[in-house]
Amino acid sequence: MSAPTTHRSAEEIGRTAQGPRPLPALGATREVPLPEVFTETLPTGLRVLAVHRPGVPMVEARLRIPFAGPGSTADPAFAAQAELLSSTLLTGTATRDRVGIDDELAAVGADLGVAVDPERLLVHGSGLAAGLPTVLEVLAEVLTAATYPEQELLRERERLVERISVARSQPRTVAREALQRKRFGDHPIALEMPTGEAVAAVTPEQVRAVHAAGVMPRGSTLVIVGDIDPEAAIATVAKALGEWAADGTARELSPPPLPGAGALELVNRPGSVQSQLRLTGPALSRDAEGYAAFQLANLVFGGYFSSRWMENVREDKGYTYGAHSGAEFVPGGAVLGVETDVASDVTAAALLETRYELGRMVAVPPTAEEIDAARRYAIGSLLISLDSQGGLASTLAALDAAGLGVDWLRERPVRLEAVTPEQVAEAAFEFFAPERFTGVIVGDADTIGPRLRALGGIA
Amino acid sequence: MSELELHRATLANGLRVLVVPDPATPVVGVSVHVDVGFRSEPEGRTGFAHLFEHLMFQGSESLEKLEHFRQVQGAGGVFNGSTHQDYTDYFEVLPGAALERALFLEADRLRAPMLTEENLRNQVDVVKEEIRLNVLNRPYGGFPWILLPPVLYDTFPNAHNGYGDFTELEQATLEDAASFFDTFYAPGNALVTVHGDLGEHGVEGTHALIEKHFGDIPARPVPVRPSFAEPIPGSERRQAVADAHAPLPALAVGYRVPDPTTALDEYLAHALLASVLGDGEAARLQRRLVHADGLVTDINASNGLMGGPLDARDPDTFTITAVHPGSVDPDRVLGAVDEELDKLAAEGPSIDELSRQSARWAAALHHEDDRVMYRMLGLGARELLYGRAEIATELPARIAAITPEQVRRSAAALRSQGRAVLLVEPTTETEDEA
Repeated sequence: MSAPTTHRSAEEIGRTAQGPRPLPALGATREVPLPEVFTETLPTGLRVLAVHRPGVPMVEARLRIPFAGPGSTADPAFAAQAELLSSTLLTGTATRDRVGIDDELAAVGADLGVAVDPERLLVHGSGLAAGLPTVLEVLAEVLTAATYPEQELLRERERLVERISVARSQPRTVAREALQRKRFGDHPIALEMPTGEAVAAVTPEQVRAVHAAGVMPRGSTLVIVGDIDPEAAIATVAKALGEWAADGTARELSPPPLPGAGALELVNRPGSVQSQLRLTGPALSRDAEGYAAFQLANLVFGGYFSSRWMENVREDKGYTYGAHSGAEFVPGGAVLGVETDVASDVTAAALLETRYELGRMVAVPPTAEEIDAARRYAIGSLLISLDSQGGLASTLAALDAAGLGVDWLRERPVRLEAVTPEQVAEAAFEFFAPERFTGVIVGDADTIGPRLRALGGIA
Repeated sequence: MSELELHRATLANGLRVLVVPDPATPVVGVSVHVDVGFRSEPEGRTGFAHLFEHLMFQGSESLEKLEHFRQVQGAGGVFNGSTHQDYTDYFEVLPGAALERALFLEADRLRAPMLTEENLRNQVDVVKEEIRLNVLNRPYGGFPWILLPPVLYDTFPNAHNGYGDFTELEQATLEDAASFFDTFYAPGNALVTVHGDLGEHGVEGTHALIEKHFGDIPARPVPVRPSFAEPIPGSERRQAVADAHAPLPALAVGYRVPDPTTALDEYLAHALLASVLGDGEAARLQRRLVHADGLVTDINASNGLMGGPLDARDPDTFTITAVHPGSVDPDRVLGAVDEELDKLAAEGPSIDELSRQSARWAAALHHEDDRVMYRMLGLGARELLYGRAEIATELPARIAAITPEQVRRSAAALRSQGRAVLLVEPTTETEDEA
């Protein structure tokens, strides 16, 4: 007889006298009407969307200014100037310095942030609802009278160079940059982060000139969501931002070419213990006819945890912590990304399984059961994502940029319900066939290269 | 909005229950907080609490492997789990219609998780990938939450790496898992929180559903929680680690803070001190080190090791972290931090400075409360750690009531004790621009 133990065995723990129990049914789903969106275009051309959504005494704001560079190919100097503009927009006006601007916002519990990418300049913020007029006043001041003080700009320039070097040491950044170059070539959309050298060469005059030429209300959209009266909020915006005017229209990014199929590029990152697999192909934009079917096909493949690919490479093989596929929207269309990080010694095996699951989407299309689970997830997670002021504000801003309104959201569950298995099979056939993809693999080439090349399809 | 009703109960098996209705939302959250974190894992088994958290997703008596994920997501929900110093949480947020299903899923794995050798090996591999992703293959991996504790603390529970050592993870056995579950996952050592849309069930009906699904889990002895207390260091301890991926050096400073259980207001004064030092353009360290002196690229201060306050019992850690150019000696950074702390210890912050920081706190807390998930996890963690979920709702008022004198005393307290200094030194050639 063995010594007595103080605990049960694993087998004993997993078993009760009663045995397995039946899963309770789901209750009745509650209909959730989306709030009304009030929209107005000011005489200056700025579109304003305002939504009453109480819950917490807060307000969220998103100002999206289309901010493409002047050329049709990636322009390193413009990218650097735009990045520095974004880091210094809030550092000075005729009447306030950097600390003064922040103090003004903090007094009403507000924060403003600025971000830029090849498509747009985004000023985002939130604060106590009662502080909305103050937030708008500060916003108006920086839009119309940002001075980009030399001392602030030179310091931020120095920091930006340091931050860029930190960002580029992240494998995910290395992979993202390689993927963007691979799929978009020299189109401006590929250049998401400027080089340190280009940033170091930017002058205050250049940043002021980029502001004057690009920060324009016509073509821009301000979304306000929160514990507010929408009509009063629009009036407050009209008053506060009325002076922000310009002759031109904010510059939209041209549609990039969609990625063609091709061999995967192996990018060497010596010393890596993990590899980044980044596959890509064309996808559908939200307003396309078959988008809902495409969305369901994507969920079944790799769009959520209970997907074929994740269950295979994580829960069966243990190759990765996470694997995800999804659409990324670009001007005029969308691209599909298939992305996972795996240990160096299983990189070839993970690629093989990825290609197998892509092929299986074509050969063994999603079953009715798989589609129903994906559909319920799509509808439920939409409900959850819109259940906060910030989530709703960001979603409305992104949809508006794509020319879509709240009705598109409202009708989404109905469109998802209407999708048939045949339509999902068609989407799987069209978008998930392995030979439609291109992409990159970042890792220690000496370790992962030989086996990957032996599998084929590696440049 | 702060008028949340908290309905508590304790089942006969010892399981604590917190039901907090919110009729304004169409979604509901269910969480289970278990009173065990990585400070409680056995020596020789670093990373086990976290590995075990993964195993709890691998199926249970009524649910085959993969079924937990499929049932949550197939009901339109999202899920996750996380392992902290003193607790482990499991949760899902779903449309209100799925409330009973979520309770069933949580109860099934708290009663009879399916612990198998195959799942254990699979999840050891997955956890190793998680560690490669978040620590080994990137710059500043584990900075500061893994790297700083061994400098500030001496005892295994406080000092060791909660993600775990690869060899120790590989040595984990099914026997370890069974022992860990039976010891720490007793119903009397856990809390179930339900927050959001209770639908037709209402508060009473929700309590009845919890009784129905969790009530027949047999009671087991509740482990005695050890004290993790250890003396506050009297002098500075310094350690350097090499980082092959980092382009710039970094440093972290760690201090000990008052016990949040017995001295909550003093603890919160330290949290407000962290904001005065680090939050926003007007914060003391931002103005001095980032802008005036140009010593650091970025600097942060936080009362708490894992990114925020009130996430652990005593001992907790006040942290200051900075990334700086290689041309700047770390002692210059530390000297400037000390001077700023000395100023605050001598004169305290201004009233305006504090009221602006309190307004930002209130806004940030409301912001977090706007998502069922964060509010539920905040309520559950405070109930489990301190026995008072109310702390979560009282925070804006308690922070607003803190005086300049209390913040001054916090700064003085940091300056009067020893501390840990961790230096991260790049081993690759850096390309410092002049």
